[in-house]
Amino acid sequence: MKTNDFSVRIATVNGTGSMSANTIIYKTLFRMGIGASPKNLFPSNIKGLPTWFQIRVSPQGYQAMKESSEVAVWMNPNTLDKDIASAPENGVVVYNSDAMDETLIKGRPDLTLYPIPVTSLTKESVPKPKLRPLLANMIYVGAIAELFNLDTNTLEAVVKDIFKAKESVVELNLNIIQTGANYVKEHIKKTDPYQFELLTPPKNKITIEGNDASGLGAAFGGCTFLAWYPITPSSSVAEAVEKQLKTHHNTPDGKAKYAIVQAEDELAAAGMTLGAGWAGARAMTCTSGPGISLMTEFIGYGYFAEIPGVFVNVQRVGPSTGLPTRTQQGDLLFVSTLGHGDTNHVMLFPATPIECFELMQEAFNYAERFQTPIFVMTDLDIGMNYWISDDLPYPQKGFDRGKVLSKEDIEKNGNSFARYEDIDGDGIPYRTLPNTQADGAAYFTRGSGHTETAAYSESSVIYDRVTKRLVKKFKTIEQNIAKPIISGDPKAVIGILGVGSSHFAVEEAADQLAAEGVQTKLCRPLAFPFGEEIEQFLFDCDHVFVIDQNRDGQLLQLIRNRFPQAWDRLISITYNLGLPLPANAITRQILKDLKRDPSAYEFEQFKPEPKETTTYE
Amino acid sequence: MSEPTPVKKGKENRIGLDKGCYSGAASTLCLGCGHDSITAAIVQAYWDMGVNPYQVAKISGIGCSSKTPAYFLRKSHGFNSVHGRMPSVATGAGLVNKDLHILGVSGDGDSASIGMGQFVHLLRRNINMTYIVENNGTYGLTKGQFSATADVGSKLKGGQPNNLPPVDLCELAIQLDCSFVARGFAGDRKQLITLLKAAHSHQGTALIDVLSPCVTFNDHEGSTKSYNYIRDHYDPIAQADFIPSYDPIEIEHPEGTSHTVTLHDGSKVLLTKIKESYDPSRKAQALSTLERAKDENKIVTGLVYAPHRNEDFATLSNLVDTPLCHLSESELRPSQEVLQSINDSMR
Repeated sequence: MKTNDFSVRIATVNGTGSMSANTIIYKTLFRMGIGASPKNLFPSNIKGLPTWFQIRVSPQGYQAMKESSEVAVWMNPNTLDKDIASAPENGVVVYNSDAMDETLIKGRPDLTLYPIPVTSLTKESVPKPKLRPLLANMIYVGAIAELFNLDTNTLEAVVKDIFKAKESVVELNLNIIQTGANYVKEHIKKTDPYQFELLTPPKNKITIEGNDASGLGAAFGGCTFLAWYPITPSSSVAEAVEKQLKTHHNTPDGKAKYAIVQAEDELAAAGMTLGAGWAGARAMTCTSGPGISLMTEFIGYGYFAEIPGVFVNVQRVGPSTGLPTRTQQGDLLFVSTLGHGDTNHVMLFPATPIECFELMQEAFNYAERFQTPIFVMTDLDIGMNYWISDDLPYPQKGFDRGKVLSKEDIEKNGNSFARYEDIDGDGIPYRTLPNTQADGAAYFTRGSGHTETAAYSESSVIYDRVTKRLVKKFKTIEQNIAKPIISGDPKAVIGILGVGSSHFAVEEAADQLAAEGVQTKLCRPLAFPFGEEIEQFLFDCDHVFVIDQNRDGQLLQLIRNRFPQAWDRLISITYNLGLPLPANAITRQILKDLKRDPSAYEFEQFKPEPKETTTYE
Repeated sequence: MSEPTPVKKGKENRIGLDKGCYSGAASTLCLGCGHDSITAAIVQAYWDMGVNPYQVAKISGIGCSSKTPAYFLRKSHGFNSVHGRMPSVATGAGLVNKDLHILGVSGDGDSASIGMGQFVHLLRRNINMTYIVENNGTYGLTKGQFSATADVGSKLKGGQPNNLPPVDLCELAIQLDCSFVARGFAGDRKQLITLLKAAHSHQGTALIDVLSPCVTFNDHEGSTKSYNYIRDHYDPIAQADFIPSYDPIEIEHPEGTSHTVTLHDGSKVLLTKIKESYDPSRKAQALSTLERAKDENKIVTGLVYAPHRNEDFATLSNLVDTPLCHLSESELRPSQEVLQSINDSMR
């Protein structure tokens, strides 16, 4: 038997409620103590297009995407040809025998087939036709539970939690699940080796989507202002912030310690965020690439006028609309210098839910300390998939509100201050907030050339001085920002460097490589600008593989720009499919480059597809 | 930057400041620019009212109009933002510090073209602020192109006529239920000062679309935004007087020829010499008055629309009394127990 070490890929049609069914299976596995990781591969659509949900379980608790799935559930006849093609050799398939063209399936005699008449079973057990499409998915939940041994008590508890509002709904769903299970019991003889086994239920573990963790980070980081415009995959950050603030940031008499604006577009969301940051609030917005494009002008302004603001970019595939529901680390270069003229921005790269939670809090500290827009760069994989995590830890660090002068400070200073003067030698000036009740506290914020006292200036010399002081500030940021995480074998000469969601695949790849006799050490920057710890890492290795989830090796380019002397030891690995990064993609490339045999990590499906050709008569 | 205009120490207002405290740097606009008259009216109105200048945030977009916040209220924080985006900055700043008086300054290019989206949505939200559009029908800083408020048939300096229908910001604002819609004229300082005072006392968005001739690019024969054209077609709805809440006086209401608008802080605008029974709380009448005046080639000014409206966005948001920007860590970070219960909910 193969226990707790395989993947299940469920092919359904979106808008049919399959997400509830899939979540029930995933959460049951999580509560059974099995290391499970789900990936939701969904279309940019509400109803009627194909969607896949892949749940991977592994004894090591790997959370990276696996390229192939040993077990498949086929509910969508429209994707049958694709699903047949993607089924691995000797795979196991549970499918709706009422809906599929079984002659096609018979073309794969290697597969173990478990036909279930889902449509007729649903028809028999659900009297209301309107409910049938929604409940049909519960048939496969029951079938999987029975075939692969989901713990019944845990499953029941999960269903009760998911539909907690209505007892009748719980009962109905449990009945349909039972129908599916009963059909398997009576009609199917299990011949495959895969099964789940109940382990010790986890303690101090949670399961959470990255966007929810980011939202919690904002709430615990003292966010009082959110402006946003709906866009996949970042809308759920805003919804999470809103939910947390509404639950935990109201006074006992119901007054709100926050303001939320659903803006008319991302330009407005950026302007509102900067307006609020300028006035002294911990302000944020969240968006994805297309929204960042629209915010560009304001962000350039925020850099030059030195205004705090937190900008969450849940990256998706671009350019333009791109593949809106697919994941990519495609905005690294773009964001690093967003705005025209010479601009430099701070980016944070959380990978795990705890890092989303903690770096969001830190983002508000950095924004106020460094007086500049701070970008929290996650992606669709981190943001919209569930992850298993340790409990979110209570923050140990207090708020850093940065260099803000009070009425008394201004009065002590002879009723004057110079907004853009580098008093402390760290490149970070002091600011005042509007409504500071002192003469000399006010200053005029502008995107035009300005002097140290914030007066309008077209002087070349002053412009040069002010913008070079910003370079000094960026150096201060580099020295005071989150340090990279270095791990792996300290004696290794092969390094792997990646950020954000690449983390899970990199760690797994390191294990695979170790099993092949290749020791590696790993570096995961948590922030840009990159500091000397990263330089040290690069020179501690003979070769460093830089992992990018984009076409052009954007992280590689940032590293090369910052450390040109390390150029010849950097090797690029790019993954440009818009899917969560699998470990195999890293391992096979490294093995190839090291002239070792990569065949155990090759994967058929991702070999180049033939070009579609058009003929003209 | 030029030196601030030297102002002699003069008479003090009710908070003990002389008018010089409300002035700013010397204007760099063309001599005779309508915008400078608006600047002077702002200085006068805010001084008269005894507004605490520290409490004002001056926010603007880009263009000649948006340069003017440097020329008034030297003791107030200023934010000269990006083109057409004053409304969003004002929204953010105003919501996180509701003690601020937001004074937004924009132009016709800024609000009727590049920033129309933000203009419209700010009005929908009824953000608490004074919103001045310094409207000259032309892009001055880029040397005289038509703006979207230019009338059909109005001519550029070189003689080319505009043939696209104009955006009427007041009518647009009325349609969106803006809670205070006024039109002023830079050449009628007395009325403008009254409107500015009323706008300042209003809770919610107070829009004043001020016709403000551009002496360099749009003050010629054939332009409908010139001083001469506006004066020749000028038609105030009524004579308006502002009665501040701190200085109530007994007023006589000549029967049938007056109307009083009471503002949030208790101040009043008294409209007298009304030609017909004009009630600025009536939307249809406000719109038809503006439209009819156009048919008659007249330019209506005054407080056009002041409905008994809805709450402003900050009120709808039910904010705590302390401005959000002043909330501290102890008021903002949930407890360890809260985080524990959140963790427990995700098992």
